[in-house]
Amino acid sequence: MGQWIETVDVKEIDAEDVIRFDYENHTYAIYSNDKGEYFATDGYCPHQKVHLADGLVMGNIIECPKHNGRLDFTTGEAKRAPICHTIKTYPVKLEAGKLFIEITA
Amino acid sequence: MATNMERRDYSLLGPLNKEAIEKGIAEAEWYTSPIDRKRMKELMKRKNGRAIRDTIIWFATLVILAYIAFLSWGTWWAIPAFAIYGGVYALTGNSRWHEAGHGTMFKTPWMNEVVYQIASFMNLFPATPWRWSHVRHHSDTYIVGRDPEIHAPRPPVWRVLLGELIHFYGGIADLKRIFLHAFGKMDKAEMDYIPASECKKVYWEARVWIVIFLAIIAACLYTGSILPAMFIGLPTFFGFYAVMLIAWTQHLGLNEDVLDHRLNTRTVYMNPIIRFLYCNMNYHIEHHMFPMVPYHALPALHEEMKHDCPKPNSSIFAALKEVFSALHKQRKDPTYTILRPLPITARPYMYGPSPYGTVIQQGGDKKTTEGIGIYGTMDRDS
Repeated sequence: MGQWIETVDVKEIDAEDVIRFDYENHTYAIYSNDKGEYFATDGYCPHQKVHLADGLVMGNIIECPKHNGRLDFTTGEAKRAPICHTIKTYPVKLEAGKLFIEITA
Repeated sequence: MATNMERRDYSLLGPLNKEAIEKGIAEAEWYTSPIDRKRMKELMKRKNGRAIRDTIIWFATLVILAYIAFLSWGTWWAIPAFAIYGGVYALTGNSRWHEAGHGTMFKTPWMNEVVYQIASFMNLFPATPWRWSHVRHHSDTYIVGRDPEIHAPRPPVWRVLLGELIHFYGGIADLKRIFLHAFGKMDKAEMDYIPASECKKVYWEARVWIVIFLAIIAACLYTGSILPAMFIGLPTFFGFYAVMLIAWTQHLGLNEDVLDHRLNTRTVYMNPIIRFLYCNMNYHIEHHMFPMVPYHALPALHEEMKHDCPKPNSSIFAALKEVFSALHKQRKDPTYTILRPLPITARPYMYGPSPYGTVIQQGGDKKTTEGIGIYGTMDRDS
């Protein structure tokens, strides 16, 4: 069973946007897609240690700011080289204007 | 500590690769200029319409220049006509290879891929290996032992540098690799940056290219003329002067082994025609710092960050003059490095743990940084 962690105020994230959230020794990326749905993944690109939150969201895709590799942040699937590995995704819920992600200890 | 005449080993298989990892300058975090996040999102936006228009103009230009060259065949006018056709073929092939390779040319991924494959062939750059080579160039820009796209070692070798005006060394090396790949083998150095999972794709791309080479040779034999190869294939060589005269301005004479693109990359002002042919890659600091920004938004990005960057060179000629003056000095002192002053509005340079070279400070004083352990930022006036 995971632990729900409060992350950011929903007002801080626009449609088709991504925001960085650090918790303990881990960094996460919280996304909003073009339909206004929310998702979360690990914060670093699986290709190289670069914050995905500095990248570009297009629909359900996040493009890494360093090498333009792409991931589907709804599934964690790699979509374009140089990203070849999947990224860990986390369940997200919206409560009282705050976004929560479920992490496992 | 390096002596003045010590040659650095630029091979990816040499000791400096491991040394760069140990020093923490491989796949490291690089300096970025502060840009408002909302503004950056606007600048990063991809546009199909602009790229489709520019691609139509590109192909139309090549067809017109090819037709003029065809009409001139058999006369002395063929020399300037093919020099211009070849220059435009090679330069636009190179810039479209680059932009489509980043996936920033079009909004639609398959359009980028189609242009990438065509432009890779125009450069004779094996498509998948060069995609990964360029990924490494962005991870480790001018980190010796790591970056496979360093244009000249220190000290420079004039024979190799000038030979590249007809793509003599790079072109032959790539042709050798294409045949190697076609037989299901990889170059050892390539395996430092290409994942094993990509090898099959590399082999099949090479085999397709060999079929195209054979078709060009067959066309030459059928027509009894070299003319078909003068339009496809050979322009990569006789037109490569246009690529190198501009590409030499990108990094040469600047720092090695630093973590700030303002220290190892050059932005040069160029006229709108050259910028169209070159996909605005004259804004090279901007491109390296923010590779997600498409070519059409680079002039706007330049306006956003010029307060944080050294003054751009005023022209290709001015940049080449600076480059060749530095290369000439590096023949005697390989550590010689140009340091450009930052404007008062800029943040200090971020050298990283082990910058290499002689920093030419304001006022003309020299200070050798190799081995003295400068860490982190260093103020331009220090």
